[in-house]
Amino acid sequence: MKKILGILITLVAVYVLTAMVGDNFLSAYNQEKLLERTALFGILSIGVAFVIITGGIDLSIGSVVCLTGCGLPWLMVKHEWPPAIAVPMVLVVAALIGLSHGLLITKLNLQPFVVTLCGLLIYRGLTRGFTEDQTQGFGGEFSGLRAVANEKISLTAEFGIPWTWVILVVIAVMAWIFLNKTIYGRYLRALGNNEDAARFSGVNTDRMIILAYVFSSMLAGLGGMLFVMNVGSAQPSNFGNFYELYAIAAAVLGGCSLRGGEGTILGVVIGAAVMRVLYNMINLVTWIPTHIEFAVVGAVILVAVISDELVKRAAARRRVRG
Amino acid sequence: MSSLLEARGVVKSFPGVKALRGVDLRLGAGEVLAVLGENGAGKSTLMKALAGVQAADGGEFLMNGDPVRVDTVRGAMAAGIALIHQELNMAGNLDVAANIFLGREFRKFGLVDDERMRREAVTYLKMVGLDVDPAVEVGTLPIGKQQLVEIAKALSVDAKVLIMDEPTSSLSQTEAEQLFVVVKDLVSRGVSIIYISHRLSEIVQIADRVTVLRDGENAGELAGDEITHGKMVQLMVGRDVDRFYQRTQHELGEVALEVKELRTTAYPEHAASFQVARGEVVGVAGLVGAGRTEMLEAMFGVMPALGGEVWVQGEKATIGAPREAIAAGLALVPEDRKTQGAILDMAVLENASLASLKRDARKGAFLNREAEEALAEKGIKDLSIRTPDAAQLVRYLSGGNQQKVVLAKWLAMKPKVLLLDEPTRGIDVGAKQEIYGLIEELAKQGMAILFVSSEMEEVMGLSDRVLVMHEGEVAGELKRGGITEEQIMSLATGGVSQELKV
Ligand SMILES: Nc1ncnc2c1ncn2[C@@H]1O[C@H](COP(=O)(O)OP(=O)(O)OP(=O)(O)O)[C@@H](O)[C@H]1O
Ligand SMILES: [Mg+2]
Repeated sequence: MKKILGILITLVAVYVLTAMVGDNFLSAYNQEKLLERTALFGILSIGVAFVIITGGIDLSIGSVVCLTGCGLPWLMVKHEWPPAIAVPMVLVVAALIGLSHGLLITKLNLQPFVVTLCGLLIYRGLTRGFTEDQTQGFGGEFSGLRAVANEKISLTAEFGIPWTWVILVVIAVMAWIFLNKTIYGRYLRALGNNEDAARFSGVNTDRMIILAYVFSSMLAGLGGMLFVMNVGSAQPSNFGNFYELYAIAAAVLGGCSLRGGEGTILGVVIGAAVMRVLYNMINLVTWIPTHIEFAVVGAVILVAVISDELVKRAAARRRVRG
Repeated sequence: MSSLLEARGVVKSFPGVKALRGVDLRLGAGEVLAVLGENGAGKSTLMKALAGVQAADGGEFLMNGDPVRVDTVRGAMAAGIALIHQELNMAGNLDVAANIFLGREFRKFGLVDDERMRREAVTYLKMVGLDVDPAVEVGTLPIGKQQLVEIAKALSVDAKVLIMDEPTSSLSQTEAEQLFVVVKDLVSRGVSIIYISHRLSEIVQIADRVTVLRDGENAGELAGDEITHGKMVQLMVGRDVDRFYQRTQHELGEVALEVKELRTTAYPEHAASFQVARGEVVGVAGLVGAGRTEMLEAMFGVMPALGGEVWVQGEKATIGAPREAIAAGLALVPEDRKTQGAILDMAVLENASLASLKRDARKGAFLNREAEEALAEKGIKDLSIRTPDAAQLVRYLSGGNQQKVVLAKWLAMKPKVLLLDEPTRGIDVGAKQEIYGLIEELAKQGMAILFVSSEMEEVMGLSDRVLVMHEGEVAGELKRGGITEEQIMSLATGGVSQELKV
C-alpha cells in the first residue's frame, strides 16, 4: 500500500484538477471512455511491467499492437477467416514474437533494448508490407465480436462499466497472483534483483526471462486486437505509435524500477489511469493546445517521479528518528 | 600518548537498529589500532562515520585535538582520513591510474591527461610494493592487487589515517602477508592504521592496540602483551570460546562424491580427481589462483567443465546448470556473497528460502508462506543471524550476517554433498564456532562436505582430509592428524610432495 500511495495521490490530483478545468469531464460518456482507454493501456502496461521487473525492456509493444491490430481485420475480412480461428492465431503470433525476443536475449545474450528496438522497426514494416499500407477495418461487420471491446455493463441509464475493464481486472488479478503468490513470481523478482544469485539458487533464469517477454508480447497482442475492435479500423502507418512509451511510462509511474526487481500490478494500473486522465485533460481543456500533449505528459511524469523520490527520502528519515 | 584522531560519543541509528550508542575511539600517530567485535557490533558503521561515507547522527571528531567535520567523504579526506571498503569499490573497467585519481584527474587543455596520471601513479604503486602497469584495467587484476591499488589511492590523497575494513577477508595467505609488509611500511612513514578483521591471528601479529565493540558500545581495550587470542575472544563474545574445532570420530560411509579428471578453464591441460565419502569433511587448500573456485563452479554447473565426470552416490550426474546440480544433490555456497550469494534487495526470509522453494515451500505453484517462515526462523536461530526480523532486506545487514543468510539458504537444502567456497569469510569467532559445529553435525548425519578455504587454521582444524591444489591438479592429500602448515604450503607451491598418499 505504501508503495502505491504516491501514484494514487497523483491520480486523485490530476483527476480533481481536470474535473475543475475541463468541460464535460465528468459526463457519463467521457467517464466511460476514460475507463475503456485505461483498461486497454493498462493491459499493455501490465505486460511490459513483467519485462521491466526482470531488468529488461520491451520497446516493440507499439509495433506488436500495430501488427495484431491490423492483422486481425486483415485475416478476418480480406482472408475471411472466422474469428474463432483468427483470434487465437493472432495470439499465437504474438507469443512467438515474445518467444523470439526472449530466446535472443537469453541464449545469444543480446541486449533487450536492441532486440526489441529491432522488433519495433520490423513488425511495423512487415505490417505495412502485407497490408500494402492500406487501412484495415471490419467494415461494419462482426459486431458480436467487437462488442467485447465497445459494449458495457449498464449500471444506470447513461453510465456503465466497459467490458474491457472486466478483461483488465481479470488480467490484473492473475498477474498479481502470479507475481506475489507463486514461486515463479518470486523467481522473477529474484532474478530481476540479482540474476547470478538466482541462477546459483537453482532458478531456471533463462526460462523465466523468456516467459516475461512472452507475457509482454501476448498482452500487447491482446491489446492490439481490443484496440482495433474498439475503433473499428487500423492504419498500419500509425496504429499503436508510441504505445510502448505510454506503457513503459505507466509502469515506471506505478513503481517499477528500470533496474529490475521491483513493481506492483496495482501501481501499474493506476499509472495507466494517470496517463489517460492527462490525455483526456489536454483534449478537453480548450486553452491547452492539443499538440503540446507530449510536453505535458513528460512534465507530469517527471514531477510524479521526483515527488515520489522525495517522499521516499522523507519517509526514510522519519523511520530513522522513530 | 597524544592522539592523532579521536572520536567521542558517536551515535548512529538505522530503522529498528541502534548501531552505535555512544562509541569512543582514540588513535595515536603511527599506531595500528585493531577494532574487533561480533558481526553487527557496529564496526563498519563506525568506520563509515569516520570516513564520511555515512554521517553519524551525533558525536565529536577531533584531529590533533581540533574538531573536524567528517560528515562527507570530501570532509574526511580533507582531514586526512581514508577508508578501504569492506567490499571493494573500484571501477573495474578503468585502468589503475584512472582509479587512483578518480575524481581528481589531471588535465591538459581541459582533457584528461592519461600520461601524467600513469606517471604519477607509479609513485604510489611503489609505496604499496605493487609492480603493475598503471595502464591495465583494474578488473583484470587479482583481488589482492586491486586492494593494494585502493590503498595506493588513499595514499595519493595524503591520508594520515587509513581505515581497512576486513582487508584480508578475500586474500590468500601470501597476499595477506604482503599486505602486512605494506602496513608496517606505512606505519614507519607515519601513517596510522585502523584495522578490522575477524582473523585474530592477524591481529596478534600486527596490532599495537585493540579496541572491542559489543552491541554498538565500547567493550574494552587491550594493548601490547595483553593482545592474545583468549582475551580478545573474551571481550568480543563475553564468554570463552574454547575447543574451537571440535571434531569427533565417526564412521565414514560409502563414496558420496567422486570427481574424475575434471578440467576447467583455469588450467585446461590439468585435471583433478578425488572422492569424498558420506560423513567426511574435506578441505581444499591452495594458493589463490590454483583453480579451486573454478573447480567448484564447474562441478556445480556455473560454468561448463572442459572435461571430466562428477558422480554423486554412485550415479553419474549430468550437470549443465546449477539447477541440475541441485537436482543431483549438490549445493554450493559461492565465494562472492554480494554478486552470487545474496539478493540484497530482498528480505532475509525470501533469501533463506529461495533455493528450497521448489522442494519444501510450495503448494503446487503457490508459495507456502508458513513453510518459508519456518525455514527462515530456523536459519536465523541456527546461525544466530542478527536482524530485526525476517522481513529485513539483506542489504541492511552487516557483512558477516549477510554471509550467514547465504549459508542458511544452502543448509536448508540438506544436500547429499555440500560444497562451500570460503564459507566463513567475514564471520566472527563466536559464529564461526557455531558454523563449525553445524558442519560437524551435518557430517555426522551423513552429508559429504567439501570446502575451500584460504584460512590455514580452518583447513587444518576442520578437515578429516585436506586436498592441496596446485594449478588445477590435486597436488597431494593430507590426513587428519598429520597435517602441518609447512606441508600444505610446499604442496600448494608445487614443491616436492611429502604427502601420505592414501
Ligand atoms: N544501512 C543500514 N540500514 C539498516 N541497518 C543497518 C544498515 N547498516 C548497518 N545496519 C545494522 O547496524 C548494525 C551494525 O552493522 P555493521 O555493519 O556496523 O556491523 P559490523 O560490526 O561491521 O559487522 P560485520 O563483522 O558483520 O561486518 C547491524 O545490526 C546492521 O544490521
Ligand atoms: Mg563490517
